[in-house]
Amino acid sequence: MIELDIRWKTRDFDLQVAFESRARHVALFGPSGSGKTSVLLAIAGLRRPDAGRICLADELLYDSARGIQIAPARRGLGVVFQDGRLFPHLRVRDNLLYGQRSNPGAHAAIGFDTAVGLLGLTDLLARWPATLSGGEARRVAIGRALLSQPRALLLDEPLVGLHREAREQVLHYLRRLRDEIGLPTLLVSHQPDEVHALAQEVVLLDDGRVAAQQPIGEFRG
Amino acid sequence: MLSAAESTALAISLKVALLSIVVALPFALALGLALSRLRFPGKSVLEALLNLPLVLPPVVTGYALLIVFGRNGVIGAWLSTLGIQFAFHWSGAVVAAVIMSFPLLVISIRAGFDGVDRRLEAAAESLGAGPWRRFFSITLPLSRRSVLAGCVLAFARAFGEFGATISFVGSIPGETRTLSIAIWELLNQPGGEAGLGRLVWVALLVGIAASLFAALLGRRSQANGAAHD
Repeated sequence: MIELDIRWKTRDFDLQVAFESRARHVALFGPSGSGKTSVLLAIAGLRRPDAGRICLADELLYDSARGIQIAPARRGLGVVFQDGRLFPHLRVRDNLLYGQRSNPGAHAAIGFDTAVGLLGLTDLLARWPATLSGGEARRVAIGRALLSQPRALLLDEPLVGLHREAREQVLHYLRRLRDEIGLPTLLVSHQPDEVHALAQEVVLLDDGRVAAQQPIGEFRG
Repeated sequence: MLSAAESTALAISLKVALLSIVVALPFALALGLALSRLRFPGKSVLEALLNLPLVLPPVVTGYALLIVFGRNGVIGAWLSTLGIQFAFHWSGAVVAAVIMSFPLLVISIRAGFDGVDRRLEAAAESLGAGPWRRFFSITLPLSRRSVLAGCVLAFARAFGEFGATISFVGSIPGETRTLSIAIWELLNQPGGEAGLGRLVWVALLVGIAASLFAALLGRRSQANGAAHD
């Protein structure tokens, strides 16, 4: 599902990550500062590596040797950011529909009602993002990414900063999503239980390098 | 009540001020966005040039306009072959108002764009929004308060403009004699006190209305902000 080989060097960080996975649900696991989020942003096209190649779900997104760099808006990836990033001036319903309106002609594989039902958002549609709890906001962010009809979901620490109850709840919805919709997923996390709950294969990162790659059965985070 | 000449002067001032904002706004939005988001060579020179009308004596700006856009001016001569003439025409008052209020408009709009969380624009991009849609659906709505405040400031500046206007387009009754210029004429006229008093009241009322409008805008977006943030 994913082939990745990127290099990215700044004054205080040196990242060289290469891995390949056939699994549908992959996790990037490692301590903070290991470069997980940088890799996710590079896949999303929001951070440009110095060089390398990224191929996801059979589509070439980036290849420095061939001068290929697909614009983020055209990658068709649903990104769920660590900090949610809901649009504060739009109600939940319009946040959810934002991605759908970008490609109105596209065949809607995931219907609005389906996504709203799956993520339990029915009662939140008329609310402003500022009035949502942490867990609710995270679920809306997931729904918004899902409704942009992505080819794959990129989840950047989707449970970070939530208290235990909200965490359980969002994890439950993410598991449901995986089982019922089954979109290819790349999860970035430093929490072993999330990885165990959502991924089939784990790529362990440490200090900008791949330390190991394991099927979930062997993973002891 | 106002005499016919006085209400004509008021009408000219309102027309010139409102039109100058309509003309200036697209350019100010584009320039504000470029200054806020891009790094390019000559940026500080451009910023300095932009602020020139704020620091120059307005009369000098008006004189410069006359040199550039006058009948024999660099651009004016060319424009007059197209049948367009700014000097001593009310449209020239709009040009003067645009130039004089432009820095205020751009400064305010740029501050608004600077205050928009870039991560939200990145999120919109990841959701498939191209640059135009990102601007109109995220950047502009989130900075609307600064944009509107800039418009009010620019309106007030354009409405009160005197120095650049009188040097560039003169004081032609019914054509270029704005409220400010009419007040100045009455000041120099023996027995003009009654008309002067009326026009000063009008200027005060417009100024207070603009200030109130700006304050109301601030309060409304604060209330909205409380609901959003």
